Amino acid sequence: MNNANRIAAAFAKPHPALVCFVTAGDGDTAANLDALVEGGADVIELGMPFTDPMADGPAIQAANIRALKAGTTTQDVLMIANEFRERHPDVPLVLMGYANPMVRRGPEWFAQEAAGAGVDGVICVDIPPEEDSALGPALRERGIAPIRLATPTTDDFRLPTVIEGSEGFLYYVSVAGITGKQSAAQDSIDAAVKRLKAATDLPVAVGFGVRTPEQAGAIAKVADGVVVGSALVDLVAEHGVDAPAHLRDLTARLAKAVHSAERAAA
Amino acid sequence: MRTPQTSPGDTADTPNSFRQQPDDRGHFGDFGGRYVAETLMPNILALEQAYDEAKKDPAFTDQFEDLLEHYVGRPSPLYFAERLTEALGGAQVWFKRDELNHTGAHKINNCIGQILLAIRMGKTRIIAETGAGQHGVATATVCARFGLPCVVYMGAEDVRRQSPNVFRMKLLGAEIVPVTSGRGTLKDAMNEALRDWVANVDDTFYIIGTAAGPHPYPAMVRDFQSVIGTEARAQIQQRTSRLPDLLVACIGGGSNALGLFHPFLDDADVKMLGVEAAGLGLDGDQHAASLTGGAPGILHGNKTFLLQDEDGQITEGHSISAGLDYPGIGPEHAWLKDIGRVEYTAVTDDEALEAFQLLCRTEGIIPALEPSHAIAAVAKRAKEMDKDAIILANLCGRGDKDIFTVAEKLGVEI
Repeated sequence: MNNANRIAAAFAKPHPALVCFVTAGDGDTAANLDALVEGGADVIELGMPFTDPMADGPAIQAANIRALKAGTTTQDVLMIANEFRERHPDVPLVLMGYANPMVRRGPEWFAQEAAGAGVDGVICVDIPPEEDSALGPALRERGIAPIRLATPTTDDFRLPTVIEGSEGFLYYVSVAGITGKQSAAQDSIDAAVKRLKAATDLPVAVGFGVRTPEQAGAIAKVADGVVVGSALVDLVAEHGVDAPAHLRDLTARLAKAVHSAERAAA
Repeated sequence: MRTPQTSPGDTADTPNSFRQQPDDRGHFGDFGGRYVAETLMPNILALEQAYDEAKKDPAFTDQFEDLLEHYVGRPSPLYFAERLTEALGGAQVWFKRDELNHTGAHKINNCIGQILLAIRMGKTRIIAETGAGQHGVATATVCARFGLPCVVYMGAEDVRRQSPNVFRMKLLGAEIVPVTSGRGTLKDAMNEALRDWVANVDDTFYIIGTAAGPHPYPAMVRDFQSVIGTEARAQIQQRTSRLPDLLVACIGGGSNALGLFHPFLDDADVKMLGVEAAGLGLDGDQHAASLTGGAPGILHGNKTFLLQDEDGQITEGHSISAGLDYPGIGPEHAWLKDIGRVEYTAVTDDEALEAFQLLCRTEGIIPALEPSHAIAAVAKRAKEMDKDAIILANLCGRGDKDIFTVAEKLGVEI
């Protein structure tokens, strides 16, 4: 199985998908990723550290700083991805980060290296559809899904622009704000997911501010996937190299809630 | 130099021009654009539309011009620096005196324009980033003038080295948020302002202080600052019956330089020199010269020249001047460098400090450390030019805020 097919397969399971995020180079990343898979994550999001993570709250900002202080390079991130792919041939892996590290050596270089490392999709926070040409074509050519973000401010007029050219899944940012700060009201998420699903056949995953199994389970009733990031990153911050056991435990509880959610009728 | 390009919308009778940028997607050649998170995109698009409408509305431009005249104190004088010219022994040196504006720098021109736009858009809360504090003071000033709450993000290191401006902002009623992420300077303040904006898109207007950021900011800030060059162009012709041979301005993000240069871009015989901060020297990494020592990349909403490492991680600029140590530069400068219309150079901390003292002693003007960089470049060039040649430099800020930094550098206790 390769590239975008792995993402499709994860969302074709009989239950909603749990998407788990950690930052590359923060703690023992390989062990952290294995813990997420063992805990039951269906899709892995690997954060590429950046000096200026403008869309992130304190938890992921700090993870970026820890990773960069530890000397993490782009080559290291690609190696982490590549080794993950060897250990987990079927688990989809998505890189998430900011434009500058992705385009520094040219979009073609990045797309080729990422494809070679077995990366299935890329979420680039600061490349909106209007600037797609900076990275999108290079990714598509290599079979990597450019995964776009929709937000509470993405109105009906703009939504088709976001969906066109989006692949893999649509990531709904449930709060207008930064990662890990506040949580959206469940009824606003329900309404937003309904609106997105009416506009696209892509699976819709919901993230930003999702921290507990209870929240994740409630979202999984309406969405195709639930993304958890800051709560996991906090465990890495707290436990360092001992984080894997804690990550496995939280992921298992999240997975149980997400996988057993009874989906509301569409 | 490449020949000027016409944009696709130009009709046959429009002359070729360097003044038609950006295109309708906010691109200056390969630079500029709108590299922002999706949450901000609808806001950026609404801002672009509001600005397009406002600049065609005589009521908006009338109010802008009225405030510039009666509140800011424009037009600022164009001054022949006779003793400096004599001391340098070369070309005539003229200064556009934007340090005489209300609040002591060119920053207020842009703030007047943006707050009028904010009010027009029904926004009720203003945020800004600041480095040296000049833009923060100018923003706090217009917020007080129009009765809007103001939050200024400022790097913790800058809060320390620019304490007079911090107090001024507080007097004006602004809330100052010291930013401790990164090295605690301008770029980190801008990250934090963007995080605030993304969480408060409905009611908040972000007044960006330089001609950088996502479209339409680079074009909009340039337009508001172009009053500098428009006045200077008329003034120098009135006084000398000709155009200058060389324009000089310092560059952090580049708004004062674009404000001076832009109205002259199609005057083929007028050369232009942008002066970046070389800090401790371009051979090391302790400088803030994005154009002369950086590479193209994407940060803070635009593609431009950045100080960065081989992995695209942003490196911190250094300059004696807090207003110049931003690791990026406005995208229009990146384009003007690319096409060769404007020349760019860099001046070290020590050279700027020397020029600072030179102007104090020859002209009785205490300049800010930012334009001291321009003055240092003027001093070098004037000596190489004929005595009837004219250099016009922008004195974009006054130096009261910098006397503590200068004293420390000179080893004087005050």
